[in-house]
Amino acid sequence: MAYFIELLVNGALVGLMYALAALGFVLIYKSAGVPNLAQGALVMMAAFLVWYLGSLGLPIWIAILAGAALMFGFGLLVERLLLRRMVGQPVIMVVMLTLGMEILLRGLIPGVFGASPKSIDLGIGLAPVIVADVFMNRAYLIGGLVALLLIGASMLFFRTRLGTKLRAVSDDHVASWAVGLSVERAIGLSWGIAGIAAVGAGVLWGSVQGVDWTLSTLLFPAIAVVILGGIDSIKGVLVGGLAVGILGSVIPGYLDAYAGGSTRDVVTSVIILLTILVRPHGIFGREDIERI
Amino acid sequence: MFYRLSGVRHTSYPAARQLWPIAADRWQVGVLALLALLAPLLISDLYLGSYALPWLIWTAAALSLSLLMGLGGQLHFGFAAVMAIGAYSSIHLARGGVPFEFALLGGGLTAAVIGTAFGAAALRVKGLYLVMATLAMQYLVDWVISNVPAISGGAQATLRTPEVSFLWIPIDSLDARYYVALLWTVLMTLFFLNVKRTSFGRALAAIRDKDFAAAVIGVDPFRTKLTAFMTASFAGGVSGAILAFCYYGAVTPEQFGFNVSIQLVAMVLVGGLGSVIGGYLGAGFVLLVPIVLTNLIAGLGAAGWFSISQNLTAHLPLIFYGGMIIGFLLFEPLGLAKIYDNIRKYFLVWPFRHSGS
Repeated sequence: MAYFIELLVNGALVGLMYALAALGFVLIYKSAGVPNLAQGALVMMAAFLVWYLGSLGLPIWIAILAGAALMFGFGLLVERLLLRRMVGQPVIMVVMLTLGMEILLRGLIPGVFGASPKSIDLGIGLAPVIVADVFMNRAYLIGGLVALLLIGASMLFFRTRLGTKLRAVSDDHVASWAVGLSVERAIGLSWGIAGIAAVGAGVLWGSVQGVDWTLSTLLFPAIAVVILGGIDSIKGVLVGGLAVGILGSVIPGYLDAYAGGSTRDVVTSVIILLTILVRPHGIFGREDIERI
Repeated sequence: MFYRLSGVRHTSYPAARQLWPIAADRWQVGVLALLALLAPLLISDLYLGSYALPWLIWTAAALSLSLLMGLGGQLHFGFAAVMAIGAYSSIHLARGGVPFEFALLGGGLTAAVIGTAFGAAALRVKGLYLVMATLAMQYLVDWVISNVPAISGGAQATLRTPEVSFLWIPIDSLDARYYVALLWTVLMTLFFLNVKRTSFGRALAAIRDKDFAAAVIGVDPFRTKLTAFMTASFAGGVSGAILAFCYYGAVTPEQFGFNVSIQLVAMVLVGGLGSVIGGYLGAGFVLLVPIVLTNLIAGLGAAGWFSISQNLTAHLPLIFYGGMIIGFLLFEPLGLAKIYDNIRKYFLVWPFRHSGS
């Protein structure tokens, strides 16, 4: 039983960190209708940037803030240079464009900053936190709490004046144009915010498992999170993240010994498949009604 | 001028429906076929084995995927898994003593059955969700292959292909393997060229453009989509088997990973969706251009033109590959086939700017 609770708690914390990686995906899909398969690479890029700024001698907090500013700018740039030309193109074009960007970043960033794993030290320490006989990974605990905070902040953000504009744009592009909102600026802004979310995910995951190209493989659990939670719902990111994290921790915890390892990928795949089979728009997603 | 249209008149239905009505096109195809046949005599074993052979096999694989994505409009991001199923089952059949020809067919059929099951699972959805569903299947198949020792020959193990012969000719030399690959690619090409003018091909085009509308005019979307998945999976499975037998010689699960699926989609897109010449050009481009450019830059760096770190050089192929995908999508979304078509159209009416009327 203690083993189960341990898996449950640590899985939930990891799931919150997955949710943070998935947040950028949802933000962009919500406002622009673009599936951003480069979100994993953005997370990796953010982690490398923060590591580099830190290695220049900046304190870690300043490095994170500067990294967030840089990634915000990078998100705006990507939207302006690449995605704006893709408006009205079929989904395969957008999917492949973001995948191409993912491949490009996966080559460029380790190529420039060095492929060997780096470490970001947040000063968390390694000793596990023990609450009522349950061992919790300290990095996961801090990471999960920070992720919860950031997701909550982004939920609150959508209640501000700017956030209301973003919601309006995500509802209906043409109607937003008609009342004088700049749709382009809103979509660009959502890319920028996705860049900032990538910094959060990149720093947390980078401090847990080191900074190298494997951070971009976070894309796969992030996809499971958004598919399960609903591809355009921030509430869904939270719930989906918890579900993917817990299932991806508890089931391998019992099955790995029999199935020969790495059942986590299987759990993630099955979550994606079952969701698409049973309820394609996810738990909280908005169901698209197709018209001929 | 170069593509002379004078004298091309159709006096019967077969003449109007022939594949290459213009004489210049027939000449080009003939010359290319001759060059392909004589390639073992013309180029050295190094180029034949490491460039021409993989190019041919990947072309066949790209054409299989193009059948599904280009003609049928069904996105598939797990095609490497289908190829893996074909490769593994044909190797196991051949090791069990089944003749190579039937092992290839068996590999194709297994891939068709499992690929159709995937297609059926994905039939409820389209577009982005189909991408995600096929992507999840890719991971599932990968995991099954590497975690069932009976299939992969043990985790982290490689499975060697046995010695086989094709139509009583032993496939032991590079030339023999090249000709097997050539035969399959030519078969695939002919099939692709002809499927476009069958009722199945037209049904696929109708489904691609709008499946509800196709249902209204009497095309069963369910059956057509399933048949498309089955046909493409069969072709992909055989291509995977040929890839294993004729090129790799030994297979590991990593050779059919998620990145390979993306590479296949990139080949189809860079070449041009649903185009035969695009399949050839796209496969060649995606396979060769990153290598050639990297060698060029490494060579220039070694010659002292500029200094480039070892680490960056190692990552250059990925950078060029990703950059190539982005570049094509932004500047020529219809791919290399469209560029070829533009050139051909220019020479069709040369020396004039455009045809009259």
